[in-house]
Amino acid sequence: MAAVLNRPIPGTIVFDGEQAQRGYALNRMCYSFNDAANRRAFLEDEEGYCARYGLDKAQRDAVKRRDFLAMIELGGNIYYLAKLAGIFGLGVQDIGAQQTGVSVEVFKARLKNAGA
Amino acid sequence: MAQIVGSIMTSHVPAIGGAIARGLQEEAEWKPFFDGYEPVHRWLEEAQPDTAVVFYNDHGLNFFLDKMPTFAVGAAASYRNADEGWGLPTVEPFPGDPQLSWHLIDSLVADEFDVTSCQEMLVDHAFTIPMALLWPGRARRPVKVVPIAINTVQFPLPSAARCFKLGQSVGRAIEAYPHDAKVLVIGTGGMSHQLDGERAGFINREFDRLCLDKLVHDPLALTRYSNREIVELAGSQGVEILMWIAARAALTHRVRQVHSHYYVPVSNTAAGLLLLENKVTVGGIAP
Repeated sequence: MAAVLNRPIPGTIVFDGEQAQRGYALNRMCYSFNDAANRRAFLEDEEGYCARYGLDKAQRDAVKRRDFLAMIELGGNIYYLAKLAGIFGLGVQDIGAQQTGVSVEVFKARLKNAGA
Repeated sequence: MAQIVGSIMTSHVPAIGGAIARGLQEEAEWKPFFDGYEPVHRWLEEAQPDTAVVFYNDHGLNFFLDKMPTFAVGAAASYRNADEGWGLPTVEPFPGDPQLSWHLIDSLVADEFDVTSCQEMLVDHAFTIPMALLWPGRARRPVKVVPIAINTVQFPLPSAARCFKLGQSVGRAIEAYPHDAKVLVIGTGGMSHQLDGERAGFINREFDRLCLDKLVHDPLALTRYSNREIVELAGSQGVEILMWIAARAALTHRVRQVHSHYYVPVSNTAAGLLLLENKVTVGGIAP
């Protein structure tokens, strides 16, 4: 039964207790971006801000690279990461394109086709 | 006595809020989506609910992972919206209905739902966008509200079966509320979509159609899915169908479908809308 319940879902990381622990510092930093002053502070000193929230090296590197797939793997949750993406002017379609390795135009076209 | 006038389930995609803020409702890209809400507006003019009980999910505005309630019931006199960090303009506060809130909290806990009560609760786009869709063009809506947040952020999430029972309990509590009030039950979120991972952009029309059908005729069928199965079929965020299941369960077993609308895509999401009424038969409400 447990094996059935926990079988992997292709291309998907379920945000469970393990991921929530792994990504706590990263998500906590992103949660702080609900506040405009914190978004400005991040832009002024990205590395210092990440260090202040205790992100580990892999997470700091992923933030530096704007690599959202890596951030998800490192425990980031998309709802919190969306707040970080917003700082860079990236929406969910930009992140979607990045994670699936296609251009935003192709990503949008795929969604439109899903509706056809 | 209070009476449930019906239930509305609707998507709450942030891009909808962006389109409203920029006044794009008549643009070709958006018109087919927004036109889907016209029958709901006409119905609301007739039904004139006093209060809306809203099942929704917080996306990291009010709740963080430090304390993540499975079910949280608003008990505030007013609910503020606030900056979510990615540019959606904030909207006017929503008046609460503390008397109904505490009646629901008392009833739910008596019914073995150990909910978190919140005398302060910020409401995010999952709450504000449905309000803007249902009552467009007015800064203040003609209803008081009781938000009920369901955790769909961090697994383990409450099961579909548990959310159904929660909705049933809320429905019974509303019907037993000893004050005259016409109550609308709203469920927000969905339908199929996935924002994260290599499967981002996943949409499943077939499963959405099945949900739209089962929610009307056989909602218990949806309670047999585990949340992992729902994620697999509807996408990581498609699990927001839990709020629709809870809202549906507040109604009677048999319902009348007043309106249904489905439009793909809104941003990364299959957008759905469903309006249901309790099926009243001669001599009372159908079992």
